[in-house]
Amino acid sequence: MLRTRIIDEQVTGWQRQGRIRFHIGSLGEECCIIASACALRASDWIFPSYREFGALLMRGMPLREYLGNLFGNAHDPAKGRQMPDHYTGKPFNFGCVSSPIATQIPQAVGFAYASRLRNEGAVIAAYFGDGATSSGEFHAGLTLAGVLKTPNVFLLRNNGWAISCPNERQCAVRALSDKAHGYGIRGVRCDGNNAEETYLTVLEAVEHAAHGRGSTLVEMVASRQGGHSTADDPRLYRSPEEEARGLKEDPVARLRQRLRLLEAWSDDEEHQLRQAVAEELVEELREAELASPPTLEGLFDDVYAHLPEHLREQREKALRFA
Amino acid sequence: MTELNLVQAVNAALRAEMRRDERVVILGEDVGKLGGVFRATRGLYEEFGQARVIDTPLAENGIIGAAIGMALHGLRPVAEIQFSDFIYPAFDQIVSEAAKYRYRSGGQFAVPMVIRAPIGGGVAGGMYHSQSPEALFIHTPGLKVVCPSTPYDAKGLLISAMRDEDPVLFFEPKRLYRGRPMPVPGEDYTIPLGRARVVRPGRDVTLVAWGAMVVEAFETAEELAPLGVDCEVIDLRTLWPLDLVSLEQSTKKTGRLLVVHEAPLTCGFGAELVALLSQRCFDYLRAPPERVTGWDIPFGYARELDYL
Repeated sequence: MLRTRIIDEQVTGWQRQGRIRFHIGSLGEECCIIASACALRASDWIFPSYREFGALLMRGMPLREYLGNLFGNAHDPAKGRQMPDHYTGKPFNFGCVSSPIATQIPQAVGFAYASRLRNEGAVIAAYFGDGATSSGEFHAGLTLAGVLKTPNVFLLRNNGWAISCPNERQCAVRALSDKAHGYGIRGVRCDGNNAEETYLTVLEAVEHAAHGRGSTLVEMVASRQGGHSTADDPRLYRSPEEEARGLKEDPVARLRQRLRLLEAWSDDEEHQLRQAVAEELVEELREAELASPPTLEGLFDDVYAHLPEHLREQREKALRFA
Repeated sequence: MTELNLVQAVNAALRAEMRRDERVVILGEDVGKLGGVFRATRGLYEEFGQARVIDTPLAENGIIGAAIGMALHGLRPVAEIQFSDFIYPAFDQIVSEAAKYRYRSGGQFAVPMVIRAPIGGGVAGGMYHSQSPEALFIHTPGLKVVCPSTPYDAKGLLISAMRDEDPVLFFEPKRLYRGRPMPVPGEDYTIPLGRARVVRPGRDVTLVAWGAMVVEAFETAEELAPLGVDCEVIDLRTLWPLDLVSLEQSTKKTGRLLVVHEAPLTCGFGAELVALLSQRCFDYLRAPPERVTGWDIPFGYARELDYL
């Protein structure tokens, strides 16, 4: 969680310096992302929203590849096709981020159905935010998950805001987890700033799915610190008091405090971790800025499995006039 | 060889491929015991069971979203959209997700899937059971679009679509579903995607059509023959990727081009065909290329045959 926080803050700084064009991070939601991902087994899959870079790094994606996406350079496994924080991690059982909200939910259900058909015993998690629960895809996906009894865990990060709209403008229901009842699946709610509680709640949902008992909607309640993304200005819609309330509940600080009480984490260790991540970031920033952009020729690959004639022609023209 | 009509040929293709490849699953509304509202999946539920022939809730975005997930996992889903008019709730999943997943993931993932949907008018279905939305999908990079006009082609093209590595929209002209049966081989065979078929060779004018309009074009050609006009009729079969070579050859030969489609005129696929062929065959053209298409109005119930 701390590593995610440090990287997030640094990357936000790079955006402010103009080194990258955009960043959408997880400040304040590290527990919802990391504690929940810890409850998944390596063989389980993640269908991400766009705030889960911490889970992807935790699953082993090299920082260089993540930064490759942020910088749109040749280190990006997805070849610079998408804007920052739209990463892909097939080697890490991690899907591919897209911007339209909640589209990954029915996909995760279909994927879980296929996995069960092949008796793999895997659980398929889908992350999304509170705004996504208003979408048609959320409704269609959870309806299907209930009917087909698929092994899914729906990880709802309720950070209180869908860009500028608070929860009460999204839905009049008291707790978003209550929506699960309408689909005949389990619905639970936890304190998304409490790492132990989040981990145990998600773990139970994972076991429930793995034992063939169906899906769970897990609402993890947290606070979004800062804006929706670097392109947002929360001062226009959120009061300083609310902002301060969110900061008081900071999940990283809470976990630090808890671990200190248990004597499982020291200032020394924290200092060392901060130092190590900072050094890694310096090194990787240099590498990212030196890396070449993806090739012009490559823009025409992967539209189809094989390059069709019309794209061959368009590629030739593009190269001729480049 | 058995005599099959078009919907029976679709059924035969699904059955053959499901027997051959256990990765093939079918999902959609009423595709199970009922066998679909047109009976295209009749008997498949009984033969392959409910795990592979999946009745889904009534939500097209859920059907296509789930099919994408299945394809990402390595299955070969065939999703049925009950009428192409009802495909719009799934438009985002098709256009933003299925079409782009391979590209946006840098080739890490692929979405080999087929979306079957009955298309076109002529069955007294009014504006929500008659539309021809093919141009919307041809316009989207990453999708392939197929529309057969005969039972023989329907089976061979559908098997090809199910074996293809990319998402394929497979539009079935519902007006021809129960048309004249023709001999269709019982065994597997494929017709490659991206190849047009010359239905009737001719010297004077090239008529390009697909789906139900192939029949109209052919009948018109036969009517014109005694009047001394020799039409070449081309059935595109695969709309995208386009068999431009065949079209170019024919247009250069005849010097005249007429594109026929049911969909509205403006920004219809005919516009693209006329643009492409005008550019490539300019010196050979004896007359401006023409389009005979639906009007730019919603598809009405009364006077349907006037529209067609």
